[in-house]
Amino acid sequence: MSELPPYMRPERSFQGLILALQRFWADHGCVILQPYDMEVGAGTFHPATTLRALGPRPWNAAYVQPSRRPKDGRYGENPNRLQHYYQFQVILKPSPPDIQQLYLNSLYAIGIDPGIHDIRFVEDDWESPTLGAWGLGWECWCDGMEVSQFTYFQQVAGFECAPVAGELTYGLERLAMYVQGVDNVYNLNFNGREDNRKVTYGDVFLQAEQEYSRHNFEHSDYEMLFKQFSMAEEACRKYLADGWADKEKSRHLMVLPAYDQCIKASHVFNLLDARGVISVTERQSYILRVRELAKACGEAWLKTQAGGQG
Amino acid sequence: MLMPDLLFELFSEEIPARMQARAAEDLKKMVTDRLVDAGLVYEGARAFATPRRLALTVQGIPARQPDLKEEKKGPRVGAPENAIAGFLKSAGLNSVDEARVEKDKKGDFYVALIEKPGRDAIDVIADMLPVIVRTFPWPKSMRWGERSERPGALSWVRPLHAMVATFGPETEEPTLVHFAVDGIESGFVTYGHRFLAPDPISVRHFDDYVAKLEKAKVVLDAERRREIIRTDAKNLAFAQGYELVEDEGLLAEAAGLVEWPVVLVGSFDETFLQIPGEVIQATIRNNQKCFVLRDPQTARLVNKFVLVSNMEAKDGGRAIVAGNERVIRARLSDAKFFYETDLKTRLEDRLHKFKDIVFHEKLGTQAARIARIEQLTGELAPLVGADVGKAKRAARLAKADLLTEVVGEFPELQGLMGRYYAQAQGEDEAVAHACEDHYKPKGPDDLVPSDPVSIAVALADKIDILVGFWSIDEKPTGSKDPYALRRAALGVIRIVLDNNLRLPLVAAFRRAIDGLLSTHSALINVDRLPVELLAFFADRLKVQLREQGARHDLVDAVFSLEGQDDLVLVVRRVAALGRFLDSDDGRNLLAGFKRAANILRIEEKKDNASYDGAPDEALYQLAEEKVLARAMAEVKAEAGRAVAGEDYESAMRAMAKLRPHVDAFFDKVTVNVDDRALRANRLKLLNEIRAATRAVADFSRIEG
Repeated sequence: MSELPPYMRPERSFQGLILALQRFWADHGCVILQPYDMEVGAGTFHPATTLRALGPRPWNAAYVQPSRRPKDGRYGENPNRLQHYYQFQVILKPSPPDIQQLYLNSLYAIGIDPGIHDIRFVEDDWESPTLGAWGLGWECWCDGMEVSQFTYFQQVAGFECAPVAGELTYGLERLAMYVQGVDNVYNLNFNGREDNRKVTYGDVFLQAEQEYSRHNFEHSDYEMLFKQFSMAEEACRKYLADGWADKEKSRHLMVLPAYDQCIKASHVFNLLDARGVISVTERQSYILRVRELAKACGEAWLKTQAGGQG
Repeated sequence: MLMPDLLFELFSEEIPARMQARAAEDLKKMVTDRLVDAGLVYEGARAFATPRRLALTVQGIPARQPDLKEEKKGPRVGAPENAIAGFLKSAGLNSVDEARVEKDKKGDFYVALIEKPGRDAIDVIADMLPVIVRTFPWPKSMRWGERSERPGALSWVRPLHAMVATFGPETEEPTLVHFAVDGIESGFVTYGHRFLAPDPISVRHFDDYVAKLEKAKVVLDAERRREIIRTDAKNLAFAQGYELVEDEGLLAEAAGLVEWPVVLVGSFDETFLQIPGEVIQATIRNNQKCFVLRDPQTARLVNKFVLVSNMEAKDGGRAIVAGNERVIRARLSDAKFFYETDLKTRLEDRLHKFKDIVFHEKLGTQAARIARIEQLTGELAPLVGADVGKAKRAARLAKADLLTEVVGEFPELQGLMGRYYAQAQGEDEAVAHACEDHYKPKGPDDLVPSDPVSIAVALADKIDILVGFWSIDEKPTGSKDPYALRRAALGVIRIVLDNNLRLPLVAAFRRAIDGLLSTHSALINVDRLPVELLAFFADRLKVQLREQGARHDLVDAVFSLEGQDDLVLVVRRVAALGRFLDSDDGRNLLAGFKRAANILRIEEKKDNASYDGAPDEALYQLAEEKVLARAMAEVKAEAGRAVAGEDYESAMRAMAKLRPHVDAFFDKVTVNVDDRALRANRLKLLNEIRAATRAVADFSRIEG
């Protein structure tokens, strides 16, 4: 780390932190992917996690995923809450025996020395009702702050994971605030430069947070969104139905485009939820509808090459 | 010679704190039960848990199982071949020549003598431990790694990494109990603290295991970790002139999150002390698992907290404290923001939102429920001495805090926040306190509200929920009581009794039913509801009185009289009855009653008739009959007057007067005479004893 120029150091630069994590996991043989090009609620939705976690083939990947949680918007006024933020996602299948140590080494790589910090694995069972997925693991605490989620996937899209994948999710803004010693996310140093060349997180994202909060809570066109939800749902089903190679359903040839529509439906649901146009009882049924799509996609995925067929 | 000991450790990734104690107990029970089943009676056993390991020591295990001799009865001589073959196989014999032939009434049959030499204990244990690992009852377990795709992969609470299993007397080098589970082999090697001493450690016996772990910065015993945390936390607080706010639940959890507790003190900005102390404590406790401190003089919280780390940090803990302070600052900022936001909206202005919140599918919205509680509170208020206006106001506001930010974040602060917000908006003190106290008593140890306004709201709240769920047939069954209805009924009982309230319950139930009926038509069973609900109260009261040492049959004896829905009177009557039955007069009267009841039961059955009409005075022949009849008339009247005046002691004293006449009657009068009319009349007289005693209780329900 000492050979890094100051502006690249994880404790001074948000992008330096991301690059350090990518470098670390690249050194451990992960495929370093780029973010998925659709709106998702968390890094787990990326097909590189959801779908690749299913089936017998080994898979090691790491990537940054911009994540959207429309309800969490605070018009840029809350120092900790954002409707758009970054997750750094690592998926290791099968989970290696030393995965906890690898995780701790990755913290060391971004400047968290376990010799002076208090790092703890605190019970946290993970469940995604929309993905039909669950796993056991922990919240990883550093000096009382949750800096990552650590999960051994047991089930995804309603199917048993065989073998089990280990998933690590780093909340990048929070981690960066911690290593940079900053209390307000908008004050994060983004590019690691000082003086007039310094770019903060606020410079990059504050306006977006304000605009999207207005959109998500007050102006989003919910009539269009309701239609979009139904259209995505129908398209997902259609692509899945059309994708079978034969009558016996032994192979599927079009899962990824179908899964995109499932992701779409999930995000549209989140927007509708933020807009407050879905009642408590309806909410459950929307979640169920997305889960049905995810399950159908998972089932088809297992009939593809990457899913283990041939 | 010293008997061998077993040391067994299961080393894994971090076990959830809440599961550790139970897991240690389960491990001990599984191993020791199987040892005993295998004929290996041990001297003692102890189990331990840390975040990363379960450990067990069993001392004094016999080195060998005793030899077993067993006779196995087989089929009859000459039985079908396959029956004999089956018998030989199960008994481990080669041919029938190896079996003995014995005789019984039905003829000859085979008997096999099975001699099972005892095995070495270490072999028995080596067979048993892998089974225990595979069948361990974790509340939730998982698969991991490469092997997870194979059928029959091991499932554990979190990935299991190593197992230590040694066996031998403490004076000797122990032997490895050798076995493997899903690729993990038992050995002598464990590991110390994850950061402070991560290297492998070779261990032999329990004593040396504990000592080596301690050197490797692991305190094995959770009880000791708890005491270290408690002592250090208290001392650190004291050194700063403060006092630790003790919290056993948090202490146990903290001890389950560390192998090497290091207690540190941090602080936060004093301006946060403007937030109610309970909110600060909930924030710091729930989210950060830290303790709060108070000033012993004022009992108010101070701007300090105690954290329990798992680390002897190279910088003495500076970075750890600084990190925790930052998180707590952020959390308290949120809490302060929530609190201040809440204060901007008056409680009554939140109520309209309850229209959109369903309380229960069949019982309507929260808004409807609040309206019912308000109505019922208004009706109960005069009966409990509360100001009707204040009580109704309190009922209207009491649930409003459920919609505040702070309660959304910390549901356990419901009620308390209602009081703070009510006070802040200038409500009457009785109204404000009712917002908090109407939830009480929350458990058997909780205080009971004593202010009339709180009492009125608390009763209305609880009676509404009971009547509501009874009306849709959602009663508690067995261990299932999802709406805490038993607690609600017990709450009503305690409020009524502790405050000595004269509140006829059936009438109160009926008012609640009327409230429900005004908005809901499709309710079942509203006619029988008050009686059934009262029976539920009787059961709760029995449980309550039994805990205080009263006899449950006496409660039954009182409740089975008509119209017993005034709990204060029921309890007084039960007490008087108990004292009466402890006296000679009481015991003998009861014996007389039982005798009369027995005779009646037999004769009524024999004649297939009942003798409950009035006896005919003209048919009395003996003095004892006349005297008893007269005494009963007097006693009934006297006891009735006393009961009407709620003077149960006098009623019992009146009853006592019956005793000599009942005794004399049985002494001198023969009931079963040939004269049918005379016999019937005497039976009717006996029946009068039953009737007379009903003035105070149903004696047939009394045991003994």
